[in-house]
Amino acid sequence: MDRTLADVADASDERLLEIAEVTGTGADSRRLREIGFCAGAPIRFVRRAPLGDPAMYELRGALLSLRRSEARRIRVHRVAE
Amino acid sequence: MTALVRLRPSVPPKRPGRVAILGAPNSGKTTLFNALTGHRAKAGNYPGVTVDRREGDLQRRFGADDVRLIDLPGVYSLQPQSEDETVAVQVLAGGFGEAPPDGVVVVVDSTTIERGLPLLAEAAGLGLPVCVALTMIDELKARHGEIDLKELEEELGVPVVGVVGNRGLGIDDLGTLVSSSWDWTPSPGLLHGAEAKTPEDRFGWASDVLGACRRQAPEPNRWTRRLDRFLLHPAIGSAVFLAFVAFFFQAIFTWATPAMDFLSGFMDGLADRVLATLPDTALTRLLADGVIRGVGAVIVFLPQIVLLFTVILFLEACGYMARAAFVVDRVMGWVGLEGRCFIALLSSYACAVPGIMATRTIPSPRDRLTTILVAPFATCSARLPVYILLIAAFIPADPVFGPFTWQGLTLTGLYFLGTGAALLSAAVFKRGLLRGATLPFYLELPPYRLPRPSDIALGVWDRAKLFLRRAGTIILAASVVLWFLLNLPRRPADPQLSVTENQRAVLEGSYAASAGRLLEPVFAPMDFDWRINVGLVASQAAREVMVATLAQIYAHEGEDGEGLGVLLAGSGEGGAPPLLSRPSALALLVYFAFAMQCMSTLAVIRRETGGWRWPAFTFAYMNGLAWLSAWLTFVLASAAGA
Repeated sequence: MDRTLADVADASDERLLEIAEVTGTGADSRRLREIGFCAGAPIRFVRRAPLGDPAMYELRGALLSLRRSEARRIRVHRVAE
Repeated sequence: MTALVRLRPSVPPKRPGRVAILGAPNSGKTTLFNALTGHRAKAGNYPGVTVDRREGDLQRRFGADDVRLIDLPGVYSLQPQSEDETVAVQVLAGGFGEAPPDGVVVVVDSTTIERGLPLLAEAAGLGLPVCVALTMIDELKARHGEIDLKELEEELGVPVVGVVGNRGLGIDDLGTLVSSSWDWTPSPGLLHGAEAKTPEDRFGWASDVLGACRRQAPEPNRWTRRLDRFLLHPAIGSAVFLAFVAFFFQAIFTWATPAMDFLSGFMDGLADRVLATLPDTALTRLLADGVIRGVGAVIVFLPQIVLLFTVILFLEACGYMARAAFVVDRVMGWVGLEGRCFIALLSSYACAVPGIMATRTIPSPRDRLTTILVAPFATCSARLPVYILLIAAFIPADPVFGPFTWQGLTLTGLYFLGTGAALLSAAVFKRGLLRGATLPFYLELPPYRLPRPSDIALGVWDRAKLFLRRAGTIILAASVVLWFLLNLPRRPADPQLSVTENQRAVLEGSYAASAGRLLEPVFAPMDFDWRINVGLVASQAAREVMVATLAQIYAHEGEDGEGLGVLLAGSGEGGAPPLLSRPSALALLVYFAFAMQCMSTLAVIRRETGGWRWPAFTFAYMNGLAWLSAWLTFVLASAAGA
């Protein structure tokens, strides 16, 4: 069952996930893929900002922040650890 | 095999003439550039510090005396979206009327190699010779990570050098490499990566390369996790931030004042010495009052400037600025802007000129323009002397709680006022004039790093030099012009009157006084008299000139031994009347918080927007808002009996 990164942040789920797909086309979604949000990449939710948005994720050894509007474009599924 | 032919430079030169430094934002390019060239370009621990290309010669000690290095803005890929990225890509493609560089050093953060290699593949795809500088090797080791550089080199077929830029480790190897022969042969593996069409393919290739090397990925940065848990905590984090800010502004009064008093006494002594030793001519008085007292009144704020930049540079270098952007991103989202706009706004607290240049990282033209239009509201360091002078004269130093006094809190309030004005104006622009969708925003949060004190000291020294240079050029010029306007036309001294009375008479009849009186209808609602009006007009050149003007007027009117503050606020019962009432002083503070009074900022807005339309607009709306708010402050403060 796929969820988006935004759902994960809402549930504050810190388990390891894998990116299934970045939805959408065009420059915006390409840029998300270029910075590493590609299908197959392991990703982990770290924390939300004090005001609730954006959220911080750990991806390929770096900490990246995405707003909920972008996190919704990224579909993820859980990986058995 | 066709690919091999295409990717080799047609005529490999013996030695490169120009080498570009390419890498992701915050991968350490500028630190490397500085180490290789001996320059001291500003580097920070947050993305987007370099927004334009920067050139410098490789230091001769590496064995070549004609290698030019080009430091490029950080890019994630060679498909540019913002102006600074376009600059990087154009330099590589041979734009700006120049040939493409002879080689590219791709800078990869060794703690996140996987994220840096795709850019290497793209750069190799351009057909330019490439090599790899793996930065922050010390951090990789500290986090128990490891990579076999030899194996990586074999996998890629291009030289790989491990470096620690700010400690100079590996710099000799890299310098020697860059200045030696340029015959690099990418491996079939790298060529395969260079042919990848999608980001997924490039990242897949990067994992394959790393999989073939002996490598231990670094453990998560424990300190960063711990500090984030604390500093990004909704309650504790906000409390720490607010306490820090308030403490800092208090320190500007409590700690920097003794040093400032010393400088102030020195300047006064110097002016008196000049008047006493040199013959009493107009030239002597120009030197003593126009130059020494006028410019000196600004220079005495050096301790506060040093303190301000020590804190700003520390926060930038340690990685907290990016966290600040993370925390307030929600607010920026409400305003309708993205986090990069906040980073440009943050730079404007030092000076709006680099802040406005930093907007080149913003991909959306509307967001960029909005940020340019509101950046001058950020409380730049030129406002600080005016704020401190007025606050010290009109706000009591009574303690409020703990170490905090009304003075420190007023200064804190003025900073929040500027920030609020910037955000509110941006929200208005984004909902009206410059409406448009918000682009996706991602922000990389670097690990916390303990900055080296020498780096901070060098940065502060640079800013102090800039402040003194400003005092020696634009403020000096304005102060000298003012001296003439305050002392002309000449009138014969009336022997019936004392020296001070005669000086006052000259001042009252001066050209500056006429100009100031002409403006009285405009500023009468705030009860500013002509002397303040002269200062307001003069500070249009640069904000600090307000202080220089008041110092010159004080040289005419002040009694011996009284400070400039006494001239402003009056000396109490039966003494000299004040130049300003307290409601007027508050109105003046608010006016300075909002007004657009800086030629350099208007010039940079013109350059970045390509015309006079937007600088004229900024000038009009900011000064209009400043007038209205100052008037409102005056009315409210008078009603409250302040």
